[in-house]
Amino acid sequence: MDGGDIRGAVHTNIRHDSAVKHVTGRAVYIDDMPEPPGTQHASLVLSPHAHARIVSIDVSAAETAPGVSAVVTAADIPGVNDIAPVMSDEPLLAAGTADYAGMPVAAVCADTFDQAFAAAKLVRIEYEELPAILSIEEAWEKQEFTYTPPKIVFGDAEAAMRSATHLVSGEVRCGGQDHFYLESHISLAVPGEDRDITIYSSTQHPTEVQHGVSHVLGIAQNDVTVEVRRMGGGFGGKESQSTIIAGIAALLADKCRKPVKLRLRRDDDMIATGKRHDFLFRYEIGFDDSGRIESAVIDMAARSGNVADLSAGVVARALCHGNNAYFIPNALFRGWPCKTNTVSNTAFRGFGGPQGMIAIETAIEHIARDLGITVDEVRAANYYGTEDRNVTPYGQPVTDNIMPEIVERLSREIDYEGRRKAIEEFNAAHTTLKKGIALMPVKFGISFNAPMLNQAGALVHVYTDGSVHLNHGGTEMGQGLFTKVAQVVSSVFQIDIDHVKISATRTDKVPNTAPTAASAGSDLNGMAAFNAAEEIRVRMAGIAGEHFGVPPEDIEFRQNRVYAGNESMSFAETAQMTWNQRVSLSATGYYRTPDISWDAETMTGSPFYYFTYGASVAEVVIDTLTGESRVLKTDILQDVGASLNPAIDLGQIEGAFVQGMGWLTSEELVWDPKGRLMTHGPSTYKIPGSRDVPPHFKVHILDDAPNRVPTIFRSKAVGEPPLMLAISVWLALRDAVSRTGDAKLMPKLDAPATPEAILTALDDIKQRSGTQ
Amino acid sequence: MIRFILNGEAHDAANASPTTTMLDYLRDGLRMTGTKEGCAEGDCGACTVVRVIDGRFEAVNACLMQIGQADGMEILTVEGLERINGGALTPVQDSMATGDGTQCGFCTPGFIGALFALEQSGEDISDAVIHDALAGNLCRCTGYRPIIEAARDACGSMIGYTPAPPPERSAEHAAGDQKFYTPSTLSELTDLRAAHPEAMLLSGGTDLGLSVSKARARPAIVIHTAQVAELGEIEESADRLSLGAAVSYTNALPYFDRLYPSFAEMIRRIGSRQIRNLGTIGGNIGNASPIGDTPPCLIALDATLVLAAADGEREIAIEDFFLDYRKTDLRPGEVIRTIRIPKLTDRQSFRTYKVSKRYDQDISAVIGGFRLTFDGDRVAEARIAYGGMAATPKRAGSVEAALAGIEWSEDAAAGAGAKIAEDFSPLTDHRATAEYRTRVAANLCTRLYRDLSGTEAELEVVRL
Repeated sequence: MDGGDIRGAVHTNIRHDSAVKHVTGRAVYIDDMPEPPGTQHASLVLSPHAHARIVSIDVSAAETAPGVSAVVTAADIPGVNDIAPVMSDEPLLAAGTADYAGMPVAAVCADTFDQAFAAAKLVRIEYEELPAILSIEEAWEKQEFTYTPPKIVFGDAEAAMRSATHLVSGEVRCGGQDHFYLESHISLAVPGEDRDITIYSSTQHPTEVQHGVSHVLGIAQNDVTVEVRRMGGGFGGKESQSTIIAGIAALLADKCRKPVKLRLRRDDDMIATGKRHDFLFRYEIGFDDSGRIESAVIDMAARSGNVADLSAGVVARALCHGNNAYFIPNALFRGWPCKTNTVSNTAFRGFGGPQGMIAIETAIEHIARDLGITVDEVRAANYYGTEDRNVTPYGQPVTDNIMPEIVERLSREIDYEGRRKAIEEFNAAHTTLKKGIALMPVKFGISFNAPMLNQAGALVHVYTDGSVHLNHGGTEMGQGLFTKVAQVVSSVFQIDIDHVKISATRTDKVPNTAPTAASAGSDLNGMAAFNAAEEIRVRMAGIAGEHFGVPPEDIEFRQNRVYAGNESMSFAETAQMTWNQRVSLSATGYYRTPDISWDAETMTGSPFYYFTYGASVAEVVIDTLTGESRVLKTDILQDVGASLNPAIDLGQIEGAFVQGMGWLTSEELVWDPKGRLMTHGPSTYKIPGSRDVPPHFKVHILDDAPNRVPTIFRSKAVGEPPLMLAISVWLALRDAVSRTGDAKLMPKLDAPATPEAILTALDDIKQRSGTQ
Repeated sequence: MIRFILNGEAHDAANASPTTTMLDYLRDGLRMTGTKEGCAEGDCGACTVVRVIDGRFEAVNACLMQIGQADGMEILTVEGLERINGGALTPVQDSMATGDGTQCGFCTPGFIGALFALEQSGEDISDAVIHDALAGNLCRCTGYRPIIEAARDACGSMIGYTPAPPPERSAEHAAGDQKFYTPSTLSELTDLRAAHPEAMLLSGGTDLGLSVSKARARPAIVIHTAQVAELGEIEESADRLSLGAAVSYTNALPYFDRLYPSFAEMIRRIGSRQIRNLGTIGGNIGNASPIGDTPPCLIALDATLVLAAADGEREIAIEDFFLDYRKTDLRPGEVIRTIRIPKLTDRQSFRTYKVSKRYDQDISAVIGGFRLTFDGDRVAEARIAYGGMAATPKRAGSVEAALAGIEWSEDAAAGAGAKIAEDFSPLTDHRATAEYRTRVAANLCTRLYRDLSGTEAELEVVRL
């Protein structure tokens, strides 16, 4: 559907609603809001030990320190000391034991941050250190899990393995990742009448913050209001983790009865809050002479951290993407959520999907090396079919497959074969530098795996001057959701987007929301807002029809006016007339994703409303003396359906790719032998900078590809899928390493492929090639 | 009393603590919240503001700059750019907004600061210059492409703005229990140093600033060296370059570009422009970090230090300056006055190689400085020093000895590199393992050969 001839219609490039505010410093983040009088500033006391019994806590010196208004520990919690989003296992403040180095044990608030910071050091805690489990291997071996390990069973993998022509097996791992949103976690808790409390929280999930605060304070959900206008980045890190910060701020505010702001300094943010799950994979694959997979057994052991948090969802999504774009007739995918004494791992863009794909792509590479054919030939033998070979291991039919076409088109347009030859020539002419190249296909399932989360609400008011107020349950973290949803409303009313006021997400305007996550923000909230606006539009059309003496269906909204044939009046006049006729100009809208199902026990169903498809080719160079590397070229072809806003989608694709590239190359989380995180600031944890972006970076959005299912204006989700395209970089680095040795050998290169990891892999493959 | 021009208007910081960071002062003191805190350690750039000094626009990290350092200068923040541009968005703001250069927007004010300084620099814009100017700014949303394009579009079109005449600087600021001295001459400095041996000696503050911004220290006495005339001198003679200890990296760079181009290229990887505008080579030496980048190079170049005290000066070889981990030969009352670097003769070649996880704005896992003196095809003398390999920056005696007097070849270079384990027993930490450090330090000798012999045109991944 065409968006119409207005400024801000869907399918057009409308810039981010806050762009000018961003560049002038006028965009207000929570730390920028005028502070209510008497606002107290908080600082945390974190456990220095990975696992320890808390023998005693003495807060007396802190309580009497200058400016201090409250000190809280678990003992001060009036409600329940549990903020777990899914299970019931997550204390807000350590009680009895501290379960990771960095776990909040106490918090202090004072008139100034410096006073709170100084007083926090005066909290005396006596610990008795306990044995700590710090690695995935150790937890896996000891069967320490945060919940019952899940598995996907399809066909009979073990029998098929026995009868397979060829077998390969191996192990690979990928690291975790800090979100490094530029705005660290923050909450401002403002107590009101009775025990009411308002929380301004940098969160992707205001409803969960509301629930967490209600649990902790022992008050009803209707006592708690949560608001967020914008975040300075989220990436999944503010899905469940915001509740920790909000809960502590609320606890302090409830105790001292003053507004309390808790803003984590960067180090505390990185030490105390969760990260992407690192995984250890073990695979065994049976396949035929053409490389076609007959059976796959993949163990996916994830670091879950000290509590389950969202690991069940993350591991489920990893298991559901261990097939990527390939039909696997017999599959056994087992998840192992390893409980460790490290900070709980949490949501991060891709939510396990990227990790699952690392496993299967490694296995695909292994098949290719074993048979002496190219990775791309193996893939071609395994892509989902359209008529047959089209059911995923969890039982969902793949009905919208366009993966082979996308790969074929991208390969042709960039002359993939020619590039491979050029690389061979370069490598023949160079001793120190070696290049590698790889393609990565990505098929990603859209919808939350848990069906209940696939619902959304919106609230739209039209005022009598024709201006519109828009609110919905989605949150804005930079991804342009607010702009896209405003485009939807603008298109329904056929009014310029300037007339649509975007407003902060609030739990008292739109209740019981899902997190803004799973790439589903515009699918869900866009449709809810559409339904709200459409309801008002129908009412206004009725009034206009009466006025012009035509049936309502003959009324047309166009270019900020309302038409009946050649007669018209402005949208504002129509709004005024609707009010005059005592018809409501306000409506809520609600949407739930249709046709989805999921049985978490059997790990079967059709959890995804549709799939998105994309492919990337990356070309890299490595230095064989130091292991330094660089991405030279990236070409991407990504399916986003009929894009609501191609400029915003382009930004999502580019940004996700670079973030994924960082995960797989320079971003390395390092813990010391005592389980303390050593990389807790940008001086030690290196996300990509501007020079790291490939000098040749071409992104193409698949044109003329409306979603086959009726999503909002036939668009597709975009937030997460392109992150996985960056796996092409890691595969290309493996290719470059491989090209220095025997092509039959699997490079021993896990992710992240740091200079050290690459040099070590180069040494290893040289040694193994020499001895064969 | 600290006075500076803020966004074109005279500003008096009244009784504020002189060691307050500019970031805290803007955000908490003035509630000017456009400037953001992303890390408070000078690595993310969200706090970038522009200081105007001697008519030049320089990006600096507000999180590391104490307001005492701004005395007598002009500071421009994101809130002030429209004001000094007649109410209109400056070109970089306009390009960033219209070119989708913002997503979450939290890093944006810092990018605007960095880009505005670039816009006003009048530099020839190339991608290399843009990356150089943006190395101190992290964006987690966009993937940088639109920001780089905004820089290409806007930089090169300066706005017409004549900085206001700077307010007079004060030699001393007192606030509460704190004293902040800004001496103008060496004798004032050495007298103050003698009187306050415990004082924080603040040059650019890009390292010591962390104690204030992150550890929330409130030093009682600070002696700020940036305005000491002698410490700002740069002298070039026939056989050496002399740099005052308070010369910023930025001001020293043109000399390094001409005299020691490999060193200059490495300096561009120290911190970021924000850091290099404030930071000094004297500070890099004085804080004696084992992973400082300039000391190994200066040791290889056989540089000397002139150390000054109230009762006189002495000159020592820089390699003798570093005694142990963060321990130097600096005596109570002494300051580093001058760094003297011999020029290269036509028989000498100098190279430095820095290896880190990220090319820009990262701390070295290993850095090597190499000065070879050739006698025909033979190596007459090798001076080689490494950082990241020991508790101090240190010469590689065995490697040097293996090269001295031998015919220069790749085998000879690799063979000498293999001696590295005799010279160093590095540590394993979050940047690299001991094994990697040793292996790379050795391999850098092979890179040195291939580099000097010109056997390969492209030797480093960043060149492609």
